[in-house]
Amino acid sequence: MARPVNAETDQHDELRALRGDYAEKYGFHDDRVNVFETKRGLTEDIVREISAIKDEPAWMLEKRLEGLRHFLATPMPNWGGDLTGINFDEITYYVKASAQAETAWEDVPDDIKRTFDRLGVPEAERSALLGGVGAQYDSEVVYHSLKAQWEEQGVLFLSPEEAVQNHPDLVQEHFGKIIPYADNKFAALNTAVWSGGSFIYVPPGVHVDIPLQAYFRINTANAGQFERTLIIADEGSFVHYVEGCTAPIYSKDSLHSAVVEIVVKRGARVRYSTIQNWSNNVYNLVTKRAVAYADATMEWVDANLGSKLTMKYPAVVMLEPGAHGEVLSIAFAGAGQHQDAGSKMVHAAPNTTSRIISKSISKDGGRSTYRGLCKVYPGCTGVKANVVCDALLLDDKARSDTYPYMEVEEKQVDIGHEASVSRVGEEQLFYLMSRGLDEDAAIGMIVNGFIEPIVKELPMEYAVEMNRLIELQMEGSVG
Amino acid sequence: MADMATLVIDDLHVSIGDKPILKGLSLTMKQGERHVLMGANGSGKSTLAYALMGHPSYDVTSGSVTLDGEDLLALEPNERAKLGLFLAFQNPKEIPGVSVSNFLRQAAQSVRGEKISLRDFSRSMSANMKQLDMKPEFARRYLNDGFSGGERKRCEMLQLLTLAPRIAILDETDSGLDIQMRQLVADVVLAQHERTGFLVVTHYEDVVQQMQPDYVHIMTDGRIQMTGGIELAERLTAEKSWDWVAEEA
Repeated sequence: MARPVNAETDQHDELRALRGDYAEKYGFHDDRVNVFETKRGLTEDIVREISAIKDEPAWMLEKRLEGLRHFLATPMPNWGGDLTGINFDEITYYVKASAQAETAWEDVPDDIKRTFDRLGVPEAERSALLGGVGAQYDSEVVYHSLKAQWEEQGVLFLSPEEAVQNHPDLVQEHFGKIIPYADNKFAALNTAVWSGGSFIYVPPGVHVDIPLQAYFRINTANAGQFERTLIIADEGSFVHYVEGCTAPIYSKDSLHSAVVEIVVKRGARVRYSTIQNWSNNVYNLVTKRAVAYADATMEWVDANLGSKLTMKYPAVVMLEPGAHGEVLSIAFAGAGQHQDAGSKMVHAAPNTTSRIISKSISKDGGRSTYRGLCKVYPGCTGVKANVVCDALLLDDKARSDTYPYMEVEEKQVDIGHEASVSRVGEEQLFYLMSRGLDEDAAIGMIVNGFIEPIVKELPMEYAVEMNRLIELQMEGSVG
Repeated sequence: MADMATLVIDDLHVSIGDKPILKGLSLTMKQGERHVLMGANGSGKSTLAYALMGHPSYDVTSGSVTLDGEDLLALEPNERAKLGLFLAFQNPKEIPGVSVSNFLRQAAQSVRGEKISLRDFSRSMSANMKQLDMKPEFARRYLNDGFSGGERKRCEMLQLLTLAPRIAILDETDSGLDIQMRQLVADVVLAQHERTGFLVVTHYEDVVQQMQPDYVHIMTDGRIQMTGGIELAERLTAEKSWDWVAEEA
């Protein structure tokens, strides 16, 4: 564990000073005239328009149209969270705020730059703790950079639009192969209208040993953000990708529906960390899936703090022996929030292993759901899989549900599952308060302790940020 | 010693639910004094400890408690801690994921109301841990999580040394400990007795002998029935029963 023992407490005083609310820290918006936006609602013309703006080859337009047809023909999912509040005709599917993606901060338009300044993005880049930074504002990536040392080793960290233009073979080989458009209604929607996201390629044997970060920001009211991310880690390589997301607080809802596809080749390792902190008017419906080949490792570290409703189940499909999948997830549901999150582990080869650790915290009537699948195909002997899901309820109105699905079609396997639900106890609170902590600080300490096993997996700055966000949530001031 | 803090408990009545437990308990103690409280199980010793610290389930129905003239009963437990009151728990709760050192530093900062630099804190914690014969790794363990009975008590003593209270209540901190650990608890009391007033709840005469208290109080049925010196503890050991207290009180 690289984190100094006192990272949490060092933060505490800072936190006291920082107890503004989400509205102040993240909830602001820029009143700006966008360069371009499509008309509200979704039609074939709009899909063609988006494709034309991006000057795409015909094959990509064809994929978009396939996605659109499937989207229109597919009913809304009737499981998970309540999706009836989404009106597809009211959403603006493409909003371009800036003329192009820049590679120097000076060139980013001032108001957009100010937004990311307030969010601390350029600061993070300068801190030398990141290998590269991407920033997306509404539909388009407005800034992208990769440190020279990685560029020299052949690492690609681009917007997917650039990848379509300059690396079409790689894109065509993998785009929509891990998550086909027909996977679900929202994957189809993303395929039709995707814009922005990240494209990463790490050549064989290259270890990008500091994280690449992407920051996603929705600014325009009632806009949808549909980024598309594709990561290819070639044999024996390593990359850690971190994404953060925030949005202003509007009275109308926004939709964020991303698709993330990851290929982890033989012996490679990818870690994908998300700190999702959307405002509480965002529907966050995301499909994330990785395929892992022989002896490859895929790790999802997934923290869901914001949004109105999140439905997200990062998946690892283990295709060859020795592959390992891991999901560490934290969900925090406050008033009016439903976090329906979990994981899918698909063991499609013998001697593959997986681990899921899920921690959820609910308060003020918030609802956390763990929904997970562990699947083992026949003949996949020697599989080891373990699922632990723990829920912490902070009051009597909060709710937690657990749906652990097991589809195990092989006998020679070792599958473990544990679940627990606990409440912050009066005795714990009294004990901490008797040592001078006020009630908020005492609850905050219990909550931070509860998520510690996952937070300690994050790089230190993110761990600190995570504790900070949790404290903000504890204040009940988010959204 | 004019600036020594004084805790005054006057005619304290405390109930749990509808059940009266303390029935008019009075006791005055000063910083720098060692008081031992002995009594049969159920006589209300732990109730006194919890009520003084402000546990929400203990209902003070009448009476008063002041520390240096300040009304303790009007304060939250954390505010009582800031005034210099400390309770060593009989069964301290586990707080998974929170390291001993993190917890202690945050507690010390809360009680003192000021930031303590990591260096100063680490230095004093190392010294305190050495005094208690604790290994440095202990600081990184999660608070009371998987601790043995002895480790829990040692950790309570570490908290006492760190927070340096003016008045400390030890609620059977020595229960379930072997003689060596009981000696350790007594050593802490002796080492701290000049800056802290101690109210030590115990069943063990050997602990009383080691601590050399200024006062021994015998409690039955929610009140202090007798106050004397160390000879009361000796007599308890000799009599092997509480009957004489009722007869002579």
